[in-house]
Amino acid sequence: MAISWAKRACPVLGFGKRGVKLGAIKPPPHKLESLRSRIMPTPLPERLVLSLQQHQGDASIPCVEVGDKVLKFQAIAEANSESSLNLHAPTSGTILSVDQSLVFSDSMTPEACIVLECDGADNALKVSTTRDYRALEHEHLLQRIEEAGVCGMGGAGYPTALKLRHGISKNIDLLLINAAECEPYISCDEALLRERAKEVIQGAEIIQAACLANSCQLVIESNMNEAIDALRSEITGSSVQLKIVAPSYPAGDERQIVFAATGRETPSSGLPIDIGVVVVNAGTAAACLHAVSKGQPCISRVVTLAGSPLRTPKNFDVPIGTPISHLQTLCGMDEQSHQGTLAGGSLMGQPVLNLDLPIKKTSNCVVAMSAQEFPAQEPVLPCIRCGYCADACPAHLLPQQLLVFSKQQAVEALEDHGLFDCIECGACAYVCPSKIPLLQYYRSSKELMLLEAGVTARSSHWQQRFQYFQYRRKRVNQQRAEGKQSASDNSQQVEQEFSRDKAREEIAAAVARVKSKKSKNQAS
Amino acid sequence: MNPFIENPIFLYATGLLVALLLLLGFLRFISLLRTQRTYQHSIVDLINAELPQTQCGHCSYAGCLPYARAIAQGEAINKCAPGGTQTIRRLSWLLNEQREPLDPAHGSLSPATVAVIREEECIGCTKCIQACPVDAISGATKLMHTVIAAECTGCDLCVDPCPVDCIDMIEVQQPPRQWPSPGPNELVPC
Ligand code: SF4
Ligand code: SF4
Ligand code: SF4
Ligand code: SF4
Ligand code: SF4
Repeated sequence: MAISWAKRACPVLGFGKRGVKLGAIKPPPHKLESLRSRIMPTPLPERLVLSLQQHQGDASIPCVEVGDKVLKFQAIAEANSESSLNLHAPTSGTILSVDQSLVFSDSMTPEACIVLECDGADNALKVSTTRDYRALEHEHLLQRIEEAGVCGMGGAGYPTALKLRHGISKNIDLLLINAAECEPYISCDEALLRERAKEVIQGAEIIQAACLANSCQLVIESNMNEAIDALRSEITGSSVQLKIVAPSYPAGDERQIVFAATGRETPSSGLPIDIGVVVVNAGTAAACLHAVSKGQPCISRVVTLAGSPLRTPKNFDVPIGTPISHLQTLCGMDEQSHQGTLAGGSLMGQPVLNLDLPIKKTSNCVVAMSAQEFPAQEPVLPCIRCGYCADACPAHLLPQQLLVFSKQQAVEALEDHGLFDCIECGACAYVCPSKIPLLQYYRSSKELMLLEAGVTARSSHWQQRFQYFQYRRKRVNQQRAEGKQSASDNSQQVEQEFSRDKAREEIAAAVARVKSKKSKNQAS
Repeated sequence: MNPFIENPIFLYATGLLVALLLLLGFLRFISLLRTQRTYQHSIVDLINAELPQTQCGHCSYAGCLPYARAIAQGEAINKCAPGGTQTIRRLSWLLNEQREPLDPAHGSLSPATVAVIREEECIGCTKCIQACPVDAISGATKLMHTVIAAECTGCDLCVDPCPVDCIDMIEVQQPPRQWPSPGPNELVPC
């Protein structure tokens, strides 16, 4: 207890800032299973389902019609705003539909999708390659990245070009390539670095040139030995530096990684770019390289298929839009021990509602759950205020207190206690001896808070309109009163009364008209 | 008298301590001034901000502000049907009062509505425009009127004044992005 207090006080007192590491748990990594084999190409499924909401931001607008034949790399949906993203056909084929809606696991909201029937020929559109990307202007690089529809592949899916533009406008000085893949089961970045370290490093150089950062660090966890070796042999002569951090969860979170690499703390409800750092995922760096030097849009990504019900868990190079069930069949699914599937790792993953859901640009991992590895939720016991959750929280929050307020739906208190700084890592729920599903409470509270913020904004808008209405009515009444005073003779009065009478007559006539019309209608 | 108290060192020390405390108090006062967020509003404003501002009068007051004034004087907080449980919860949090279910005498919890004018029947009498507290109706004398659905609060104040009863209240379709996702007790993976 005392030690934990001292740990907490250290940063406050201003010393030991770098040495103290709060909030780190070490769950079993479960990565070796899927890293046994190399990244495998995926045999094409019959059809691909491409959501128009691959990313964070506005949905893309389809630019093909049902029945169109498309080639690989051809654009099938376009960005309609700054925060939207282009979408390209991952293979050649025919468009089957453009408006099928599917409910994805994370948002519970239906998303419009384009369905593409693959013809198997994989005919590609001719793309222009660039031999020497180092000679290109940064604006040109950004444009290439934007056209290729690259978004953050670590999971958040923020359009990369937009992120880099924000970075330029904030004069960032450091680019961090995030390869600290800390969540259990996910190994796609490690596999990528092991086999394609060169691509990631070149991609990092491109991004560095595109966002005008002075330096670039690639952050990796110390237990990814093969990946580190591969990087070391490729990194000589490049501007990218290697930064090795201790393996823990959630070391790969943006704020954690910025703190580990620079010692700078991201302000509450701020972003790393506010303190001069842009963080980009390693997979995104590889996608940027493809976009710039090969001219290929973002049409595939590496996805980890993991979990003990799979006979051969592995990493696949998956065309966007491939159904999860197709990949799981390729790995040999043991239906008997299969208890359900998670999209994402074991700590932050969301249950998959339907195995025909497709892979998106942001999907990094699909875990098939078995009863041994994912025991059913044990009965929830009351919170005993042991404080383990507070020690585990990397955002320095008080999860036990947030739980109480979540149950009370005390929105204001949740805000005061920093719920929006919760990164939804699930470390608190992992250590909780009472097995309270803390993370679910926070997710649902965050949603409630967003809804209520919308309602409050709406009512203050109505209030403004009502106040204007009152002001207008007052002004009109005043004007009327003044008008009456100035017109001393009663001619106006008469006219007004006359017009009011007239209005009454008109109304009566109109009512009669409508009635006769109605009766006529009924008669006919 | 106690010689200890008369000791000048003790006096100095006490004086120093008092000065220090005063300084600390002053600093705290300054920091309070700087972080002041909600204190500048009156309680009526704070209550009014939690009310839905449809001005419907279901609470038996002439609008939201009068009800907010009444609440500040001790009126019950469970009389606003359009605000529903959310408003009651937020008011109870604000005023540290017991949360109670909505008073059934003032309406029931019902989905949000908007007014829609059956335009072919409208005779253009402008009565509804005069009744609408948020100027959500557009039209002119003897011309067809219509409701700007995005601005309509669903207060149904325009329904009664209409001489030909051509205004309907229709339920708002929630956009899918506002469907709530399952809470902690409803999650079942497939
Ligand atoms: S770890 Fe669980 S039991 Fe312990 S204080 Fe946190 S919520 Fe309560
Ligand atoms: S889920 Fe949120 S509250 Fe829990 S440990 Fe992670 S950041 Fe902290
Ligand atoms: S019932 Fe609610 S919305 Fe209607 S006037 Fe009263 S406080 Fe305002
Ligand atoms: S149109 Fe009718 S229901 Fe809508 S805000 Fe105006 S008066 Fe109320
Ligand atoms: S009150 Fe009814 S008839 Fe008169 S203008 Fe409004 S909708 Fe038309």
